[in-house]
Amino acid sequence: MRTDADRRKSFTRRATLLAGGKLLLAAPLAARLYYLQVQQSDQYTTLAEDNRINLRLLPPPRGRLLDRFGEPIATNQQNYRVVIVSEQTRSVEATLDALARLVEIDDHGRRRVLREVKRKRAFVPITVRDNLTWAEVARIEINAPDLPGVTIDVGLSRHYPFAASAAHVTGYVAPPSEAELTGDPLLELPDFRIGKNGVEKTFDERLRGKAGSLQVEVNAFGRVIRELTRREGARGQDHMLTLDMRLQEGIAQRLGDDSAAVALMDVTDGSVLALVSTPGYDPSAFNKGLSHAHWRELSTNPRAPLVNKPIAGQYPPGSTYKTIVALAALESGMSPSFTVSCPGYFDMGSHVFHCWKQGGHGSVDMHEGLVQSCDVYFYEVARRLGIDRIAEMSRRFGLGQPTGIELPGERGGLIPSREWKQAVTGISWQQGDTVNIGIGQGYITTTPLQLALATARIANGGFAITPRLTRPSAGAEPPSRIAGVSDASLAFVRRAMGNVTNSQRGTAYRSRIPEPEFAMAGKTGTVQVRQISKAERATRLRKNDEKPWVERDHALFIGFAPVERPRFAVAVVVEHGGGGPAAAAPIARDVLRDVQRRAPSYATVAGA
Amino acid sequence: MRARELDLSLRNEALPLISKLRQLNFGLMLTLTLVACVGFAMLYSAAGGAWEPWAARQMLRFAIGFVIMIAIAVTDIRLWWRLAYAAYALALVLLIGVEIAGEISGGAQRWIDLGPLQIQPSEVMKIALVLTLARYYHGIPFAEVNRIVYLVPPLLLVALPAALVLKQPDLGTAVLIGAGAVAMMFVAGVRVRYFAIAGMGGLGLLPIAWQFLRDYQKKRILTFMDPESDPLGAGYHIMQSKIALGSGGVFGKGFLGGTQGHLNFLPEKQTDFIFTMLAEEFGMVGALVLLGLYLTLLAYGVAIALRCQHHFGRLVAYGVITTLFLYVFINIAMVTGLIPVVGVPLPLVSYGGTAMMTLLIAFGLLMNAHVHRDVRLSRHGTLPEA
Repeated sequence: MRTDADRRKSFTRRATLLAGGKLLLAAPLAARLYYLQVQQSDQYTTLAEDNRINLRLLPPPRGRLLDRFGEPIATNQQNYRVVIVSEQTRSVEATLDALARLVEIDDHGRRRVLREVKRKRAFVPITVRDNLTWAEVARIEINAPDLPGVTIDVGLSRHYPFAASAAHVTGYVAPPSEAELTGDPLLELPDFRIGKNGVEKTFDERLRGKAGSLQVEVNAFGRVIRELTRREGARGQDHMLTLDMRLQEGIAQRLGDDSAAVALMDVTDGSVLALVSTPGYDPSAFNKGLSHAHWRELSTNPRAPLVNKPIAGQYPPGSTYKTIVALAALESGMSPSFTVSCPGYFDMGSHVFHCWKQGGHGSVDMHEGLVQSCDVYFYEVARRLGIDRIAEMSRRFGLGQPTGIELPGERGGLIPSREWKQAVTGISWQQGDTVNIGIGQGYITTTPLQLALATARIANGGFAITPRLTRPSAGAEPPSRIAGVSDASLAFVRRAMGNVTNSQRGTAYRSRIPEPEFAMAGKTGTVQVRQISKAERATRLRKNDEKPWVERDHALFIGFAPVERPRFAVAVVVEHGGGGPAAAAPIARDVLRDVQRRAPSYATVAGA
Repeated sequence: MRARELDLSLRNEALPLISKLRQLNFGLMLTLTLVACVGFAMLYSAAGGAWEPWAARQMLRFAIGFVIMIAIAVTDIRLWWRLAYAAYALALVLLIGVEIAGEISGGAQRWIDLGPLQIQPSEVMKIALVLTLARYYHGIPFAEVNRIVYLVPPLLLVALPAALVLKQPDLGTAVLIGAGAVAMMFVAGVRVRYFAIAGMGGLGLLPIAWQFLRDYQKKRILTFMDPESDPLGAGYHIMQSKIALGSGGVFGKGFLGGTQGHLNFLPEKQTDFIFTMLAEEFGMVGALVLLGLYLTLLAYGVAIALRCQHHFGRLVAYGVITTLFLYVFINIAMVTGLIPVVGVPLPLVSYGGTAMMTLLIAFGLLMNAHVHRDVRLSRHGTLPEA
């Protein structure tokens, strides 16, 4: 019993001591709580808010592109897509099977969905198919009770109602590439698109708008629990273009699958009414994501549907250039009555240049030289003028340099000079080069838009308008008068151009506009793509339709209308279309007739 | 007078069940229930304001466990005395069993699956070890306690299961088993000098022990040193727990108002980190109230141990209450970032059937010591001959 008493005494002492120790251990716990919950509370409160509040961007709807009447060229279409939330389904596979009975889901799409289901969190919606038709949406909605986890989601996608007709003007939108990311988080949103080409690219910033923001409460997995605050952004501004889409579409249809370019502008202010490049492409395809096969087809097509030919196609101007050569001659003091005898060829001694007309035109003055497009006349004129004066006049009319139209990818063309040839080829300028330039062949290249611009400047009495797709703001400076070109010279060239179409001797008489109030003036051009060999010339000249497509001549036409007090200028290039009079002039005629018929409506809009 | 009668009747083993029931410590049971209720409330909140999936089940378990606790409390203490060594042997076999099963399945194994019943041998061992040490020290003369021969068996009794649990690997439970046993040996009268020597030795062995830790255990300790170094990885738990605690402030965000918990930033909020959830929703005040309830339980336990007339009861009571305290201390210290995350639940509050059952069985034994406090238990576990 003695030991038991000792044992109890010892136990009591030690147990009490240890209990005290435990109390002492509880003290740091309380102290720690005080430290965290009182002293550091503010800091941790901030961290807790950071944890739970997530800032999301609300992508603004992109501004629309409109034609001069407000007709939409690029809009945002509601894109209905069917999405699946895997955690709400009983089985993703079974749900996909059920869905496949209502809308078509291909194997590729099905595999992609199953892959994404594995990779993403169970509450993240996964798109099964987008761009659903109304009928498909309706079928899914009706069967909704049998499809848990399946919902219809609406997004905005860029839509181009005129499809290929204005593709090269509008350009297209697509997700930004790595290089285009600027750190703006808006660009990193999965659905966000930026302008990649055309006006979509030029005015991208304005069209884009300002992003709104959304504060949401999220849980640790990023699932949105509720919306806290929403700040609406600003939708992108609509952008009105000077195009007349009815006209544009009509021209595109008229050109069909030909590889061709048409530029039509108002000569008074340079506003572009139509800028057509064919064949076109559907810009919406880029938005949805172009398939590899589709891309290959577009990029390897010999008719180059991706090239914006009116501004990036560079062609020798051919005989249309004779108008500029004539102006240079007149301004150099040459009399319009200067006469050359055309035997059908022009002998330079070292080389013989041919006229398009075998047998020659006989005695020709400047007016007839233009009307009948006599090559020999302009060989002689060019020889007398020299390249410098011709080049100088070309530049005054906007040739050989970018026009500055609001489109990316514009090319300058080339007005060759002595220095240029020396630098590029290492050979000095030859008189033969000048002679060739006299008929718009050789080193010289221009874009169809430049040709339309030069024509417009001739037609408007020498005012330095520039082509543009956007209506100028009020109070913009009126165009200045081009120096070094007299009204008389311009009037002479205009009269000659009038006779190209309206005189029976004219090369485009067959394409005249018979209604006197709509009558057009113009100049044809036919550009050899391939040098005609001596042997060929000796035996027999092949007709264009006997040659393979790529060897056929380019057909060109520049024109304006009405002949008196011109209002519109046009340039038409049909690649490998054959002769200008046959292939290009009729197109120009139709375009100018249509635009004049529609002209009264432009005035009312202009006032508005 | 009444005590004497009781004493006599006890000695004659004629204490009827109804009298035993009246001997139950109602204050202790009330405190226990209050703590459990805090748990139900937090589990209700953890489920986003729903009884399912945690609160309702926890309540059911508590109810069942409560009945078992009372049954254990009123069962003759000699039965527990007799079962002590057998329970230890069984627990050891089970521990070895899961070790082997773990080897076979090639992963950490802590459970034995008996269909509807899952047994965690380390939990069984916690109770069995308390009983075993209590019986051991009850049976040897006080004068012999500090003889080396008598020191070796208890050391082995502790070291074996601790090593097995550590190998599972379950650092938290190993620490609980070890520290609980050390406390029992201390109150049993083992010289302070020995603890000092053992402590020094342990410190010296620390670098070697480090080698035996699993990578994730090392990582936990390292991240504990600098939780901000890896905020999305191993330090995430500690960081988020501290954010929840800190943002709770003095009075908390209100019941069901804890953003850290409800938005799932808080890991394992219904189990190991439930204290954090409480402290987020009820602030420092709520946390201190719960701490106070635990200290009340501690006081009840210590009082029962001191009041007990026999050494077996004293040691069982003290062992149980020490284990409870260690649970509480380690869990709270862990979630507040004072010690590394070791995976120890908060007793009676954290969701989990096995832990709840273990604790209520342990409390059953604690109350058993209380009910049988005046029994005269001989060194051999029998009542002295009348």
